[in-house]
Amino acid sequence: MLTANGVTAGYREPVITDVSLTVQPGRTVGLAGPSGSGKSTLARVLALLHKPFGGTVEIDGETVTGFRFQAVQRTRIGVLFQQPRLSVDPRFTLRQAIAEPLKNQDRVEELASLVMLTDDLLGRRPHEVSDGQLQRACLARALALNPRYLICDEMTTMLDASTTAALVGVIRAYQRESNAGVLAISHDATLLTRWADETVRLSAPRPR
Amino acid sequence: MVNLEIDRVSVRFALKGATVEAVNDVSLRIRPGECVALVGESGCGKTVLASALLGFLPGNAETSGSARLGDVDLLAASDHELATTIRGRQIGLIPQSPASHLTPVRTARSQLEEAARVLGGDALQAAERAGLLPEHLDRYPHELSGGMAQRVANALALVGDPWLLIADEPTTGLDRDLVDGLLDEFRRLVDDGHAVLLITHDLAAAHRIADRIAVMYAGRIVEVGPAHEVLDNAKHPYSRGLANALPERDFLPIPGQPPLLTDLPAGCAFAPRCEQATAICEDRPVLTDDPHAVACHRPC
Repeated sequence: MLTANGVTAGYREPVITDVSLTVQPGRTVGLAGPSGSGKSTLARVLALLHKPFGGTVEIDGETVTGFRFQAVQRTRIGVLFQQPRLSVDPRFTLRQAIAEPLKNQDRVEELASLVMLTDDLLGRRPHEVSDGQLQRACLARALALNPRYLICDEMTTMLDASTTAALVGVIRAYQRESNAGVLAISHDATLLTRWADETVRLSAPRPR
Repeated sequence: MVNLEIDRVSVRFALKGATVEAVNDVSLRIRPGECVALVGESGCGKTVLASALLGFLPGNAETSGSARLGDVDLLAASDHELATTIRGRQIGLIPQSPASHLTPVRTARSQLEEAARVLGGDALQAAERAGLLPEHLDRYPHELSGGMAQRVANALALVGDPWLLIADEPTTGLDRDLVDGLLDEFRRLVDDGHAVLLITHDLAAAHRIADRIAVMYAGRIVEVGPAHEVLDNAKHPYSRGLANALPERDFLPIPGQPPLLTDLPAGCAFAPRCEQATAICEDRPVLTDDPHAVACHRPC
């Protein structure tokens, strides 16, 4: 289980206050809410990329004590962001991007075929591929270390309907095989209805 | 009021050892009082077409065909002519990810007032029409939320009162309420006699406001027709696949990947992914001349 217990987090001012949420292995939890309600902040806390002001994060029974580079459990959680272009080193080929978390290159081909990237595309750099193709590479990279949990923060925003359906299909297949838990954040209520087992809504931010 | 007549426009980029065929033989007419949506997956050439219309292509681009706005051919016009008579005055552009297009060191007000001065518009009126309150205008771009930055971009595009608005992926990253508000605003402009070219991968948005939808695949328009016809009764297997991939429909992807724009097949570019393809698809299909036109040998 990946759990946020009474998490309060933000950037100087709190954005989310006393929020709790649980992602069970094998399940997909949708996270919805208007702009500024703290969806991405909660995602960053659960991905151990942002230290909360208060509350705890637990992963498979362990309470997380260090965040960001101090988080020993970081590799158990895969993360996908809205803008693949900001998530990949522009100097890397897609092959290097996928291999980044790996100690050796052995699994690159397997991961690439999982997300349907051809050999020709693997040799290209981010500016030579479309957003959809780059997001496929980001998904392959996120799955490289067989994460127990996958956090998808507006992963499909830049994608057309067909690519969205394809990537959600890849994630579901990975879940069936690995029993991983998924947190899916989206503005798109229709998508979450179709993708998630249950959806949690964050309410609008308090006016400041 | 004049029409925009895009006639057999192609755009190529010369790279070392390869040519990117980004836009191929695209014809499209946009009339005042009409919203046309250009849909297709990212990388299919939509933004390149918009850039070509405004003279924003990089130096290695070669264009052919014409895009006539009244007496002016946008593809042949000089940069000076585009800058002094077209951009902002006849065609307004709402660029992709507006937050990154605003000048980061100046307030929204200062940018809007500059545009108003140059184009001869009214900054405050444009801001109000875009749904901005006066206090929002004193913020710097990093202090604006995505929705507010979008409104500033809208105000900038509208301040010179252009008759055609080109909106490039304006709904990306906005939540549903903001998307609906923005689309309603576009619809009002269209009903006032403006024209809107909505470039998007969001079929739901296209369905909501467009009068006509043009579907682009690998740089070519493969289907164009009345919005509801194209989405609910698609003739091209690609459009049909795209509509069926929506989460409220089958939520199944189209198998395969689009071809590389450096290595387009001689025949139908969609044939390698198409279940209905036969030998005849090795010849390139021509877009028919109907109100609901399709470029396919074996339409659905």
